[in-house]
Amino acid sequence: MTAWDYLLWVAFPYAASGVFVVGHLLRYRYDQFGWTSRSSQTYENRLLRWGSPMFHYGILMVIGGHVVGLFIPKPWLEFFGVTEHMYHLGATWLGSFAAVLTVAGLAILIYRRRLTKRVLLVTTVMDKFMYVFLASTIAFGTTATVLYQIFGGGYDYRGSISPWIRSLYSFQPDPSLMSDVPFFFQLHVLTATTLFLLWPFTRLVHVFSAPLGYLVRPYVVYRSRDDPRGAGSRAPRRGWEKSERPLERSRK
Amino acid sequence: MRVMAQMSMIMNLDKCIGCHTCSVTCKQVWTNRTGVEYAWFNNVETRPGLGYPREYENQEKWKGGWVRNKRGRLQLKAGGRLKKLSQIFNNPNLPQIDDYYEPWTYDYDMLTTAPAGTQSPVARPKSLLTGQDIDIKWSGNWDDDLGGSQETASQDPILATMSEKVKMEFEETFMFYLPRICEHCLNPACVAACPSGAMYKREEDGIVLVDEDACRGWRMCVSACPYKKVYFNHKTGKAEKCTLCYPLIEQGKPTICSETCVGRLRYLGLMLYDADAVLAAASIENDQDLLDAQRACFLDPFDPEVIAAAKAEGMADDWIEAAQNSPIYKLISEFEVALPLHPEYRTMPMVWYIPPLSPVVDVVSNSGSDGEDARTLFAAIDKLRIPVEYLAGLFSAGDVVPVELSLRKLAAMRAYMRDINLGNEPDERIPNAVGMTGETITAMYRLLAIAKYEDRYVIPKAHVETARELDELGCSLDNDGGPGMGGPREHAGPHNAGDAGPAGPYGNTPGMPLNATVDNYNQMVGDSPIIKTRPATPGRINLLNWNGGGVPQGLFPPIADAGSPA
Repeated sequence: MTAWDYLLWVAFPYAASGVFVVGHLLRYRYDQFGWTSRSSQTYENRLLRWGSPMFHYGILMVIGGHVVGLFIPKPWLEFFGVTEHMYHLGATWLGSFAAVLTVAGLAILIYRRRLTKRVLLVTTVMDKFMYVFLASTIAFGTTATVLYQIFGGGYDYRGSISPWIRSLYSFQPDPSLMSDVPFFFQLHVLTATTLFLLWPFTRLVHVFSAPLGYLVRPYVVYRSRDDPRGAGSRAPRRGWEKSERPLERSRK
Repeated sequence: MRVMAQMSMIMNLDKCIGCHTCSVTCKQVWTNRTGVEYAWFNNVETRPGLGYPREYENQEKWKGGWVRNKRGRLQLKAGGRLKKLSQIFNNPNLPQIDDYYEPWTYDYDMLTTAPAGTQSPVARPKSLLTGQDIDIKWSGNWDDDLGGSQETASQDPILATMSEKVKMEFEETFMFYLPRICEHCLNPACVAACPSGAMYKREEDGIVLVDEDACRGWRMCVSACPYKKVYFNHKTGKAEKCTLCYPLIEQGKPTICSETCVGRLRYLGLMLYDADAVLAAASIENDQDLLDAQRACFLDPFDPEVIAAAKAEGMADDWIEAAQNSPIYKLISEFEVALPLHPEYRTMPMVWYIPPLSPVVDVVSNSGSDGEDARTLFAAIDKLRIPVEYLAGLFSAGDVVPVELSLRKLAAMRAYMRDINLGNEPDERIPNAVGMTGETITAMYRLLAIAKYEDRYVIPKAHVETARELDELGCSLDNDGGPGMGGPREHAGPHNAGDAGPAGPYGNTPGMPLNATVDNYNQMVGDSPIIKTRPATPGRINLLNWNGGGVPQGLFPPIADAGSPA
């Protein structure tokens, strides 16, 4: 194992996790006003109507698959009667379906963001940065699946990548598990780690606001003037960015 | 019985001249920022007309408000909670910005910087979204004064429900103006639709607000409001709406739109209501019974039982007294001339309207008859089905009876008071014909015609609790530029209170950030030398805050030193 192995498969993931956790805590503490999905639906809906649900439902399935594949050890699934073959079939076919949804949705969304002038003009530098890593993570992951799982002989990442991740979170990191992982899986892991590093500073924070409480709370919410969250009782905090008239920007 | 107080508004449509002063002053105060250029918390629309945003009343299209489902329970028209959450990635009922209008400005710079030529330079309209030239084809008030209505008014959702069609020919058309703000409903659909729970109804005064910090920009409130009075700030990604100018209301002062209304047609005051009765009233089966159901939710502020229950809820004596003096209570419950806008949306709106008699009077006068004679007017109200049916479509779910009754009372008031003005013997049969007495009709006349400022706006001051006062002390580390902030604040205002510039509403100030609150407002705007003298932007004075005395720093540009480059 080289120093590179330690850097890429130990230091970098830990640094990214640290930034991910601390970044979210700080942003949640200091930038509630900037904590939003920043929807651009009012600008354009013809493409968004298809792209956004496709991408979001797709990526939710992808995330679910990753949780099963990475965080549930193989013996546990086998205890429930899920054999390697069944897992492989499920992961490949369900995964491919989710990947098609996600990739097609993302393609529509990026096409829309680039070619709808109204949407392009409200896209921040951080958005573009985020899109690069989000898209490349999805692209490398899909490429790896197609190359190794569909056309190749099938690679059992549950024997290498999954234990490596669990080794990180049990604080006994084992970078040797990642040394021989196929190239596109390695790339996928690295871009994903970078995405986690950027996460708290992008609009992706909206993921943690999934409003599940809506299902159980009463319809009409009452709040007292004296509620500490109420209006006007504390100094305004920093917003997410200085607002600027688009006209002025387009002239620069 | 759970007694709650609701700050409410009534607008007397007979007095509205459609000058848009309310809209303009509201915009100057609340929505002159990037991201809400298209938003008018107060707008005035000409009826018949499409309204703003276009066709907002067509709930088959926008799915706003509530419906009573087959089991007799109330649910949001756009669907239940699970359906709403499943649509969170793309709200299918959200209006596009073009349904309001694409905001624009003009290239004024061209007027002064264009090179000399044979043609006069023109300031072309430029989109505020893209900066490019645009063709203006619609705006918030495109059909003002029925302009272009021959083309567009047929799409008016209220006309579509009427049996007779209004002829859009110049001499046969009636029209009136409808100023609209947020309804601050008793059963707000926007609050119910907010997935984040960021929208709330204030317990003390019923004002519906958005917690800008908790809003996550899911946009469900925008589509759920059947009046389309919640707006999406496309720059900050958060919802914003009419606040009923709560910082002023808390001071006992009227809203900006009321204060600046040249027709003095707005009334502000409290209504006491039974919060436990609201849901049952809003779920009543027949749309046309909703008006009476809502009226039944209101409580009599003179009833000793109500007073005792209000006190048990912790309501202060001055608030109960304000509820007793409320012009809203008089107009809704005593005189019964005010009506809600679209009760059939089942949100229990709390901005009510006195329907306009003028379309009827105009027709009578134009035909050569006496427009102030009671019998002629009564007959005309019976005969002029089109305006009455149209008004019923707006104010009583299509039931003409309450609208007719309200118009007859207004007609009776005109006729009765004319006799008094001319020194004739007042005819008691006129008020009796509409179920009133000479005394009550005179009282109504005083309130509608000559009421003074303090009679039109009966607004009790908010009570500052001890906890709040302590809160105002703040943390010394949390100042602008202090270690808690790390520099001057870039955004001056969550809670709808911000302007986009680097300065707060009262200019940059050292030390504690200046927030106007109940307990420091008068001190801040009345006495503070900082506010009067310090320019809002470097080198300039904010003339709006200048009291006209002296020569404050920044009133004139600094005198350049001799020899220094200009």
